[in-house]
Amino acid sequence: MPTKIEKDSVTGTETTGHEWDGIKELNNPLPKWWLYTFYATIVWSIIYFVLYPSVPLVTTYMRGALDWSSRVELTEKMTEAAGRQAVFLHGIRDSSLEEILADPQLLSFARTGGAAAFATNCASCHGAGGAGLSGGYPVLADDDWLWGGAAEDIYATLLHGIRWDESEDTRFSEMPAFGDGILEREQVAQVADYVLSLSGVEGGDPDSITAGETVYVENCAACHGDSGEGIMEGGAPRLNDQIWLYGGERDQVIAQIGRPKHGVMPAWLGRLDDNTIKMLTVYVHSLGGGQ
Amino acid sequence: MNWSWHGRIEKNSILMLVLVLITVSIGGLVEIVPLYTIESTIERVEGVRPYSPLELAGRNIYIREGCYTCHSQQIRPFRDEIERYGHYSLAAESMYDHPFQWGSKRTGPDLARVGGKYSNDWHVAHLVEPKALVPESIMPPYPALLERNIGSNDMVGDLLANRAVGVPYTDEMIENAMADLRAQADPDGDHEALLARYPKAAVGDFDGQPGRVTEMDAMVAYLQILGRMVDFEKVQPADLVQ
Repeated sequence: MPTKIEKDSVTGTETTGHEWDGIKELNNPLPKWWLYTFYATIVWSIIYFVLYPSVPLVTTYMRGALDWSSRVELTEKMTEAAGRQAVFLHGIRDSSLEEILADPQLLSFARTGGAAAFATNCASCHGAGGAGLSGGYPVLADDDWLWGGAAEDIYATLLHGIRWDESEDTRFSEMPAFGDGILEREQVAQVADYVLSLSGVEGGDPDSITAGETVYVENCAACHGDSGEGIMEGGAPRLNDQIWLYGGERDQVIAQIGRPKHGVMPAWLGRLDDNTIKMLTVYVHSLGGGQ
Repeated sequence: MNWSWHGRIEKNSILMLVLVLITVSIGGLVEIVPLYTIESTIERVEGVRPYSPLELAGRNIYIREGCYTCHSQQIRPFRDEIERYGHYSLAAESMYDHPFQWGSKRTGPDLARVGGKYSNDWHVAHLVEPKALVPESIMPPYPALLERNIGSNDMVGDLLANRAVGVPYTDEMIENAMADLRAQADPDGDHEALLARYPKAAVGDFDGQPGRVTEMDAMVAYLQILGRMVDFEKVQPADLVQ
């Protein structure tokens, strides 16, 4: 309770009149700059209240004079960005894959866009730059293709995925588990030796290889071809090279024959837009092995 | 002006406390209550459903392991986020999350739309040893998820608890909770009824151990549904203006 306002003898400032146990308080007003900044923020908040969404009502809210919405603004920004890229994106949209590959300017744009999309969406399985990862994630930078390395093939794989149940057009192949009652354990080992010999691995037991050839002809050749060259249309990989999806050690080949693993790739249709999928196609095609 | 009445408040701490509470709660009520009454708070989109028992079990593990400390589940409405992660998150997409997992810390990437981005095998391999697939990753490995069974966990209680806070689990869903949990992780199971109750649920043997339902199965089933319930091709931008 203000009682006695007096002038402090040391500073010459008035006191507030408050006194607690003999201690008095000087009345130093707020600095003017601080006070006016404070008033300005109050004025600003009123302007903001009027212009932007502010006061909540019962089932709606005051939308503000600008009728601003972050989601509408976002749509505008996306449209504007698409407009800036339109000169190239329309080229991608209106051109076939062959036309893009033949046009140096479109090709350069598509490879750049594809590289960015690849790093975000593909590299976690196929490795940076398509280097592949062990355990069933194929290298994309070589010329060995499981489902075809032509631009159209890559495009179809990207659109529909591999063994992706939700896509009707997904690529699908399934190798039986030959260790589950189809072949004897010994026969699996023999055919593994034969398959390794097909790809030029030396040092296998000749008897086992000969026996394995019989097993191969009866069980494997229908899908993987007479000499292990693979049948791409059926999704049967080539066996007479040194490229192994699940490892080229004898144990690993035996495991893959006995109980095969089947890789799964998601379908990107619906997840990425068509322009991006086309650019990814061109990027993957240009990694080194496009056909 | 006579301020003497104010002295009574200053000298009576209980009175002061009560008045402070009233003042603060007015501020809170004005901010919070309208969110329940304003009609556009939760967008009207189709497809959002309660989590299946296996997904819910996975969500429990997600929370237990503290995944939210490094991963957000909220794509903000900015162009850069949309380019990287997909459509921005809707309030409707987390309306059955108790508690929501939006988060604000992104040591790892946002997971709001991770569902369907990778294969089940990838998720299993990645959870067992993240560096094997993403060399620069600093995510810790979670191989123990493969070891721990959840087949006998009682998910009925979890479903009932969620129903108590407003998640529309039907009696049928609760009766079949344990059967659904096992069916979703069984590649040869009957998935028709499960998918009728929980459309788009990822089914199959996630972790390569068909005879068991492990925490890994639950985790991957949960990750594979994230962000996939709403079909954005059927959503018009006007539906989403709040």
